[in-house]
Amino acid sequence: MLSLIIRRLIQSFLVMLAVTLIAFIMFRFAGDPVNQMVGVETTQSERQTLREDLGLDQPTIVQFGHYIGRVMRLDFGMSFQFRRPVMDLLAERLPATLELAFVATLLSLSAGIVLGVYCALKPRGILSSLLQSVSLVGVSLPTFLIGILLIYVFSVSLGWLPSFGRNGLVPVTAHWSTGLLTSDGWKSLILPAVTLGLFQMTLIMRLVRSEMLEVLRADFIRFAVARGLPKSRIYFRHALRNTLIPVITVVGLQIGSIIAFSVITETVFQWPGVGLLFLQSVQTADVPIMSTYLLLIAFLFVMINLAVDLIYNAVDPRLKQKNRT
Amino acid sequence: MTPFSDPSKTSKFPRLAALWESDLGYDFRQSRLVMIATVIFFLLILAALLAPWIAPMNPYDPASLDIMNSSLPPAWYQDGFAAFPFGTDDQGRDMLSATLYGLRTSIIISILGVALASVIGITLGVIAGYFGGIIDTIIMRVADVQLSFPAILVALLIDGIVHTIIPSATREDSAAAIIVLAIGASFWVQYARTIRSSTMVEKNKDYVSAARLFALPSTTIMVRHIIPNVMGPVLVILTINFGLAIITEATLSYLGVGLPPMQPSLGTLIRIGQEYLFSGQWWIVAVPSVALGVLVLTINLLGDWLRDVLNPKLR
Amino acid sequence: MTETILSVRNLRVEFPTRRGLLVGLDDVSFDIRAGEVLGVVGESGAGKSMTGAAIMQQIAKPGRIAGGEIRLKGDRIDNLSPKAMERVRGRHIGMVFQDPLTSLNPLMTVGEHLVETIRIHTDLSREAARKRAIELLDEVGIPDPQSRMLRYPHEFSGGQRQRVVIALALCAEPALVIADEPTTALDVSIQAQIIALIRRLCDDRGTAFMLITHDMGMIAETADRVAVLYAGRVAEVGTVKDVVTQPKHPYTQGLMAAIPTLEADVDRLRQIPGSMPGLSAIPSGCAFRPRCDFRTDICSTSRPPLSGDAAHVAACHLIQKEMAI
Repeated sequence: MLSLIIRRLIQSFLVMLAVTLIAFIMFRFAGDPVNQMVGVETTQSERQTLREDLGLDQPTIVQFGHYIGRVMRLDFGMSFQFRRPVMDLLAERLPATLELAFVATLLSLSAGIVLGVYCALKPRGILSSLLQSVSLVGVSLPTFLIGILLIYVFSVSLGWLPSFGRNGLVPVTAHWSTGLLTSDGWKSLILPAVTLGLFQMTLIMRLVRSEMLEVLRADFIRFAVARGLPKSRIYFRHALRNTLIPVITVVGLQIGSIIAFSVITETVFQWPGVGLLFLQSVQTADVPIMSTYLLLIAFLFVMINLAVDLIYNAVDPRLKQKNRT
Repeated sequence: MTPFSDPSKTSKFPRLAALWESDLGYDFRQSRLVMIATVIFFLLILAALLAPWIAPMNPYDPASLDIMNSSLPPAWYQDGFAAFPFGTDDQGRDMLSATLYGLRTSIIISILGVALASVIGITLGVIAGYFGGIIDTIIMRVADVQLSFPAILVALLIDGIVHTIIPSATREDSAAAIIVLAIGASFWVQYARTIRSSTMVEKNKDYVSAARLFALPSTTIMVRHIIPNVMGPVLVILTINFGLAIITEATLSYLGVGLPPMQPSLGTLIRIGQEYLFSGQWWIVAVPSVALGVLVLTINLLGDWLRDVLNPKLR
Repeated sequence: MTETILSVRNLRVEFPTRRGLLVGLDDVSFDIRAGEVLGVVGESGAGKSMTGAAIMQQIAKPGRIAGGEIRLKGDRIDNLSPKAMERVRGRHIGMVFQDPLTSLNPLMTVGEHLVETIRIHTDLSREAARKRAIELLDEVGIPDPQSRMLRYPHEFSGGQRQRVVIALALCAEPALVIADEPTTALDVSIQAQIIALIRRLCDDRGTAFMLITHDMGMIAETADRVAVLYAGRVAEVGTVKDVVTQPKHPYTQGLMAAIPTLEADVDRLRQIPGSMPGLSAIPSGCAFRPRCDFRTDICSTSRPPLSGDAAHVAACHLIQKEMAI
C-alpha cells in the first residue's frame, strides 16, 4: 500500500511540474508582460529597467526556477487588469466558488444516488421513464441554458429567488465570509447550485442506474436469490454496495469538473467566484490570472485523482490484497 | 411455428429492407420518439444550411433593418405582426431570421471543429500507433493529461492564449477560426486513442509487412493502407462529438469569448437576449434557446439510442 | 416407501419472443424421493438448467412457467407469489451453481455470507450463527475454519469456494438440493471430491439431490436415478442401472454407444448423426425423429408419450409397439 502511495505521489508531482511549466510559458511568453503593465508614455529605458527588475532578461531556465519558487510562496504575480496580486484576488473569490461547488455536489450526490437506485429497481415504472427522459434533458442541455431557464421560472415569473449575485454573507474568519448561515444566503445559492449540480446529478443517476442494473444481473445476486435472501437485503446490502464502488471513482473525478464548470454558472448568475474571475481574465487577456487558474485547477484535479485512487484501492478488497504483496 | 421470411430477397431495395427488418430497424420503429427526433434533427440541419434562402430577412444587413420595428413581440400577441413570427430585438432584427442564421453558424462551426479534431486525432493516433516508442509515449501522455480536464476549460484556455497573441483589432474577424481551432484542439484526444489502438493491431498484420518489404515509405503505408482500415469507430465518435461541439461552441459564445454579436451563433444570441429577460422581452432569449435546446436534445436522443442498440450486453 | 420430496408434472416453460413463441420445456415430469440422487442429463440447450430454474422460479425473463405443476413435499410451489417463493428458496430448496467465483459477492467475507444466510432462515443470534458457520465450514472440509471465515472469496481456491457454496446451500437444512453443473468450472481432480462431498452430506441428512450435468459418467457413478432430456422434453427416466445397461430410447442408446471403452478395438467412435434442434426449429411429432435410425411414419405425426413399466419409462413409439405385440 505504501509503495502505491509513493508511486502515485511521484506521478502527481510530475504532472504538476509539467503544468507549472505550461503556466510559466504562458505567463512569460504570451504577450509582453512589461508592455501590458505600463502606459504608452513609458520610455524604452524605463521599460528596460522594469524588465531587469522583473528578471525578464535572464535565461529561461533560471526564470522557470524563480517562477517555481514564487509559486511555492503563493506569489502569482500581479493581475494586468486589476493591478492587484493574483493571490489576493483568488483568496477573495475562492470561498464563493467552494461553497457553491460543495452545495452543488451534495445535492447532486444525494438526489442522483437515490433516483438512480429507484430507476434500477423499477426499470419499467412510469416514474422511471419520466426520470430517464428528464435526465436526458439534463445531460443534453448546456449548463447556461438550464441556468437561464431556472432564472426565468423562479426569478422572473415567480419572483421567489434572486437572479444574480451572492447575498446574505456572514464573516467567519478574516478571509472567509459564508453565505450558508442566512436564509438570504441560501436563497441566492440555490439556483446556481442546482444549475451547477444538475448535469452531475443526471450523470450520477444514469451511472448508478446502469451499474446497478449490471450488478443485479450478476451471478452472485442470482445465488443470493437462490439462498432465499429477502429482496430488500439483496438490493441494499449486496447490489448497492457493489454498485457504489465504481461510482466513487466517477463522482470523485466529477468534483473537479464541478469546480471547472463553475465558470459557466458563475457567469450566468454573476456569482463572484474564481470562475468568473477566470472568464474575465480570458476576455481581457490577463495572463497572470489565466496561468494561475490553470495551476489551481490542475492542482485540484491532481489532488482529487490521488484521493479517489487511494480510496478505491482501500475499499475494494481485491485490490487491497494485490497491493499488499 | 411461422416460417421466417427473408426481406432481402423479396423487396425492391434489398439492403434498405434488410436494415428496416433487422433488429436495429425494429428497435428504431419501436421508438416513436427516436423516429421523431431523427426527423426533427434533419429538418434543423436543412433549415440551418438553407438559412440565407429561407429566412424572411437577413438580420445582419443594416440596410434591411428598420428601427421602427424594434422590440416587437411574437405574432400571436396583440402588438405582434405576422411578418415577424417570433418578434424582434431592440435593433429591429427578426428573431426567426436571427435564429436561423445563428443555427447555421453554430452547426457549421461545430462541423468544422469536429472535422479538425478528427484530422488531428487520426493523424496523431496513427503516428503514435505506427511508430510506437518515445513518440507514442509523448503523444499519449499529453492525451492523458488533457483528458483529465473538461473540454470546455481546454477550449477556454486555448481561446485565451490565442487572444493574447492576436491583437484585439483582428479579434472579431478571426473569431470563427479561433473557435474552430479551440474545438479541434479540445476534442482530438478520443480519436487519437481509438485510432492508435486500432493502428497497433493493424501494424502487425501481413499486408503491412508486405508493404514494408516493398520499401514503401512510412507515410504511404500509413495513409493508403492503415488509415482506411481503422476508420470504423471514428464515425461513432464523430456523432458523439458533434453534440458536444455544439454545446462547447454555444457555451464559449455565451461566455463572450466565442462568436461576436455581428456574426452570432445561438450562444451569442442567448447571451444578448438574457439582458432583456427582466424587461419582459422574453422572446429575444427564448427563440434561440429553444432552437439550441431542441438541436442538442435530438442529437443526444439519437446518439443515446444508437449506443443502446449497438451495445451487445443489453440485448 | 420413502417420501416423495419433489414432484414435477407436465411442466411447460415458454419464451414469448417477437419472432414467435419458443418452448423451453415441454411436458416434463419426474419425481425425486428423500435421500435419492436424481441425475438430470442432456446436451447444452436441452433444458436441464431451465428445469432447475423453473423449480426455483428463477427463469430469466421473458420466460415463464406456462403449465404443469411442481410440488415440494405435496405442496404446490410453482404458483407461489414471489414473496412466498422467497421463503421456500434456501430454507426448503438449496441451490449450487456452476461457477463458485461469481456465485459469491467479492466484497463480502465468507463468514459474512454464511452468517447472513443462517440468520435469515433461523432464529440464531449473531454469535450462535457464527459458531454454526464454523461448524459448516468444517463439515465441508475447509481447514482452519475459524480464521478462514474472515477471508474473501478471491482468497480461496476454486474447489474450496465450491465447498463454501455447498455449505451455503445446506445451512438451512433444506429438503432438496439442486446442483447445476457444480463441477464443470473446476479442475478434474477436484471434481470427484466435490461430488463425493455433496453425496455424503445428502446421505447424512436424507436430503434429496437433483444433479444437473452433461457428464454421463458422473451420473453413472453418483446418481440413483436419471432423467434424460432432449430438446426440452423428457426422453427417458429410470434407475441408473437400467438406463445405462438397457436404454430404451434411441437417443439414450446412441449416447451409451458413443462412450468409448478400453476393451473394444474400434477405429472410429460412434456418433449420433446431426445435432439437437434449437428451440425455434423443433420437428413435429418426436423431436429426435430426424436423427433416429428406427423412425417410422407415426414418429413424424404424433409425439410419443412416456411409456414402459413403472420404474423405467421412455418417450418412444417403438416401446408401445413392443408392448402391444
